[in-house]
This record gives sequence, structure tokens and C-alpha cells, in this order.
Amino acid sequence: MATILIPTPLRRYTNNLSKVTLQGEIISEVIDNLVTTYPDLQRHLMDSSGAVRPFVNIFVDKDDIRNLHAQNTSVSGTSVISIVPAIAGGNLNH
Amino acid sequence: MQNNSLFSKEELARYNRHIIIPEFGLTAQNKLKESSVLVVGAGGLGSPLLLYLAAAGIGHIGIVDCDIVEDSNLQRQVLFGVHEIGLSKTKSAKQRLQSLNPYIKITEFNVQFTAQNAMEIAKDFDVVADGTDNFPTRYLVNDTCVFLDKPNVYASIYQFEGNVSVFNYVDKEGNRGPNYRDLFPVPPLAETVANCSEAGVLGVLPGIIGSMQALEVIKVITGVGETLTGKFYTFDALTFESRTFNVKRDPANPVNGDQPTIHRLVDYEQFCGSRAIKGVLKNVSATELYEWQLQKKDLQIIDVREAYEYEIVNINSTLIPLSILTENLNQIDQTKKVIVMCKSGVRSAKAIAVLEDKYGYKNLYNLEGGIINYINELQLDLPVY
Repeated sequence: MATILIPTPLRRYTNNLSKVTLQGEIISEVIDNLVTTYPDLQRHLMDSSGAVRPFVNIFVDKDDIRNLHAQNTSVSGTSVISIVPAIAGGNLNH
Repeated sequence: MQNNSLFSKEELARYNRHIIIPEFGLTAQNKLKESSVLVVGAGGLGSPLLLYLAAAGIGHIGIVDCDIVEDSNLQRQVLFGVHEIGLSKTKSAKQRLQSLNPYIKITEFNVQFTAQNAMEIAKDFDVVADGTDNFPTRYLVNDTCVFLDKPNVYASIYQFEGNVSVFNYVDKEGNRGPNYRDLFPVPPLAETVANCSEAGVLGVLPGIIGSMQALEVIKVITGVGETLTGKFYTFDALTFESRTFNVKRDPANPVNGDQPTIHRLVDYEQFCGSRAIKGVLKNVSATELYEWQLQKKDLQIIDVREAYEYEIVNINSTLIPLSILTENLNQIDQTKKVIVMCKSGVRSAKAIAVLEDKYGYKNLYNLEGGIINYINELQLDLPVY
């Protein structure tokens, strides 16, 4: 089980929740549970093969899962998982 | 007593509150005076950033921006006032900053920062601060800093989110920190969130994040404190949650990893999937569309803006926001002329790129300049936003 922090641009897909707690012992299980609970999130986080999109960063506590064990990174009940998408600015013209 | 410092009596008085901090002192103030910083983007982030850098006494500030000041800037771009509307941002900024601090030098670059001019513009500055508002320029600033071996003090905002970091920074031990490509190897897809499916920013947010960016510039220059090198700071204005993540260099980084594959600046619009913006697509002008409508031509108008924008003003189009476009393909005709539109013509170009490249549409026309241009040319009584 772990707590996932949802970034503001994705909250429209989580009923405006900024934080959700879900079951899972490794990242892939928690993320699977997240997109099962909120199916509209799927295409923003994963490609068609189910891999996390390369422009979405996932951190467990302070560390990037790419520097841990990627989607096999273990989580515990006290883990905080952050989804950090790339953002560029507020300009409609780009 | 003789004043042997770099500073005049007036400057010493001006910077007194810096100089009397024991950890900062005249030494750090000297470093600020002898430094040069290039600020790319004089907008929401650039406003507080430039004001604080000028006030702090950075010796030479360069400002890159090709825009003019508009009404819609003033909600957050506190560098400007109503008297500057219609004037160039670099010129207005220079005047404002010089009135704030006449003891510093300001250089205007009233041009778009591009792969053609970036190296030449940035080469003489010690530090670059990225306050831009789009992905292609983010990657351009990053790569320019890597190739010129300069620190890139990064800040970014979107709606209620803010990010700050220091990229490509070499610490006192000679260790080079990560850069933007280590964190975000590729830009978001055009049709996913945070790449223009909708935009906007809460006005005070760039005030907060741009001030933090100024802080990091000052730390990079003076060596006071610990910079955000190897760290990525995020701030959520809605929950006040702020977190600092660790970022490491990626051996696969194409610009300075173990086996670099990019050795010079590239076409960043293409890299970020903005090929439609470069004009490959079929356009229709507002006047042409209006004539087609008068002739009652059999056509469909798809509006890819958000619902709240549609509510402000629409031209009897079918609303399918860009963020849910690909889930609503059944609403988009494959045979008759389909005009795709948005506010200014950029999101619609992205929508067309996706529909043509991934779904084989061949009957799509982009409304040039979007609904804003349509209103300005033909329907002045309708509201603009």
C-alpha cells in the first residue's frame, strides 16, 4: 500500500483528488491499481504496451524509480509516490 | 577613509542589507556585480526574476523576448503596466529595470531565441535563466547551456504547479550536475495533458516560482548556500505541497551522456512534435471560412478548445477538446471538408497532426489564427478572451 500524489493537471481524472492511497507492493501494482480505479489516467501515464511514458517521472519518496528498480521498485505503507509530468508554461500558443 | 571597493558610495548604501549579512557580505555582492545573467523570456517568470536580479545588483542582465506587452499579460507579468501595452517587452523591461537600478547594464535581445541565434546570444553570459513557456525552447535552452558549458537555472509553471531546478551546474569539486534531458528525455505527446490541451496559470504562481528562480541564480553566482543542482523542486499552489526530488545524470543522455548523439543544436519544433506549427498543414483563412459558410457548403467545424472557452464564445462548431479528441473520432467526418479550430490556431494544428498521422484523415483544414482572428476579421461584436 502506498500514497500517490496526483499533480494538478491530472486531477480532473481522479475526481479532483490530490492524494490517493492504493494497494500494491511494487510500483507497477500500485500504478495498475491507480489506472484501474481512474481509467482516464491510463493514456496520460502509459503507452499502449503498458509502460510508463518517458515524459512522466515517478518518484518514490525523493528518488526517481529509474534510479531504483523502475516499475519493480518496492513500496511500503509509508511510501509517497509522486507523479511529476513535464510542464512548460501557460502559453496557449505553443 | 578611502573606499577601495568596486562600489560607489551610492551602491554601498543600496546594497547595505546584503552586505551586512555575515554569510553574504561584500564578497558575494562583488560577485553579483561582476556577473552576467541571460534571462530567456520576459513573461510571468521573467518579471519577478528580472526585478529581483536587477535589484540585487547583477552587473549585466541580458533579456531575450520577441513579444509585445498585451492586456492579458498584466494579470501576472508585474514588470509591466498599462502604459507599456503594445510596446516591446525587452524595451519596456529595460526601462523599468534601469529605473530600479541605474548601476547595472541591461542588454535587449528583441528576437525569438532560436537554434540559429542561441549560441551567439548566450555565449558571453555566465548564467542562463530559463523562463520560457514552451517545450521546444526548453530543450533549446538546455542544449545551448550544455554546449556552452553554462549553468541553466530552470523554472516552469503550469496552472497551479511550479518547478525549479539548476541544470548543468559544476560544483566546487568539479562534479557536473544533471540537465533537463536527464529528467525529461522526451517531451510530452501533443495530445496529452500539459502540452497545450489547455493552458493558463494562476497569476501569483510565477511570482512565487520566479522569485525562487532568482534566488537560485544568486546562489549559483555567489556560491552562498546549496543550489538545486541534482534536485528538482515542485510546488503545488492548491495544496501547498512542496517536494524536492533527487535527479541523477543519465548515461543515455543524448547531449552529454556516455555516448552523445547530439553534438549541435537541432530543430526543436520537430523534436517536440510541433511539425504542424511549421505550416505543413492545409490552412483556411477566417474570410474563406466565412464565405464557405455563406455559400452553405457542406462542412463540419470541430472546435478543440476546452468547454469553458466554448462557453465564452463559439461559432456553432462541434466541441471536442483536444484532450479527448482521439476518444471521439466517430464525431469527426472523414469525407466532407472539416475545419479544425481553437483559440489561436495552434492546438487545432496539433489536433490535425494527430488525426492525419495516426488516423489517416485527409480532409482537415486548420482555421488560421483561430477564433480570435475570425472575430477580429469578421465578427467584432463577439467577445474575445
